[in-house]
Amino acid sequence: MMDPRLNVINKRFQNVKKIIAVSGGKGGIGKSQTAASLALCLAKHNYRTGLLDLDFCGPSTHVILGVEGIYPEEEKGIVPPKFNGISFMSITYYTGNNPSPLRGSEISNAIIEILAITRWEDLDFLIIDMPPGTGDPVLDVIRLIKRVEFLLVTTPSRVAQEVLKRELKVLNELGITVIGILENMKTKKGSQVASELLNLDVPFLGSIDFDYDLEDALGSPAKLLQTDFAAQLDQIISQKCL
Amino acid sequence: MHEWALAEAVVETVLKEAGKENLKEIVRVKVMVGELQQIELDVFNFAMENILQQGGGALSMEKISLEVDKCVLRCKVCGEDWYYSDSLQDLSEEDSEAIHFVPEVAHVYVRCPRCGSPDFEITSGRGVWIDYIEGEK
Repeated sequence: MMDPRLNVINKRFQNVKKIIAVSGGKGGIGKSQTAASLALCLAKHNYRTGLLDLDFCGPSTHVILGVEGIYPEEEKGIVPPKFNGISFMSITYYTGNNPSPLRGSEISNAIIEILAITRWEDLDFLIIDMPPGTGDPVLDVIRLIKRVEFLLVTTPSRVAQEVLKRELKVLNELGITVIGILENMKTKKGSQVASELLNLDVPFLGSIDFDYDLEDALGSPAKLLQTDFAAQLDQIISQKCL
Repeated sequence: MHEWALAEAVVETVLKEAGKENLKEIVRVKVMVGELQQIELDVFNFAMENILQQGGGALSMEKISLEVDKCVLRCKVCGEDWYYSDSLQDLSEEDSEAIHFVPEVAHVYVRCPRCGSPDFEITSGRGVWIDYIEGEK
């Protein structure tokens, strides 16, 4: 019994130059905010950008960006619609606002389905918003998308950093490229993350301060781009990733 | 035509596997289509035919047979088995279409008829797969 979907997945990414999975292990550290804002910043710099939300049980990039009223087109597969210049794909097109109570193997199957049927146009960057943890979705993305690179997000909390180190070990063991680590929600001077990661062979990209006004910008790409969060992220990626 | 993407995957996989096995001739291919995905077979066949015309190599339509696999669901909470076709009457056209694109979305719209749980297993009839490829070396 052969699953034919597995044979077309890499073909679906043949017109995508760089694929970045935004991950970090722990929940609530700002992965989705980073992924959505990163996509906005790249699009602002006129890069052809896609955003794929693979957090099937807790999708949120559509809320962060304010995506409403658009739906993929069917053209020899499905073509993600554009939102604010970003080709945007999310399971919410099919679930609406309903919860999706999926077990691990079903999440895997849904990921394979989405990857096999989504036809991305020519892109400079595809940003993938990953769910928390290093379970099925992370392993599937590594298994199925051969050119994926990881951008890891953490916070000054030791709890987040301990989880991050575990994910980093998995990625290193599997030989996956890690672009670097981003410290989010910094509240004190200096960087606890930078010093903590000194012994790890991975680039520290920079820190983003806790942005108390970020919540007010949710749902509006224009307002999001005006936040301190986006400004700091933009500066970091411009210096370290572009 | 979402069927096109799946048809393309089937053709590519058959040709790849035939190449791996050094088959000079493909005699028969059996493709199973899970009922849950509600593939439109006419559209699926049309897509395969078109893709094969663009370069099917040793594969042609008359060698492919399709069979629909009945979809059975099993509740993980109470153990009830039931046919997806029995749940279809409770689904709107939009719900059904969503399941067509991503079959796991069934967990969003379908509930166990006995206990009402969304925690069920798709025991058969999910997706599209190649059951076997017969050929000559």
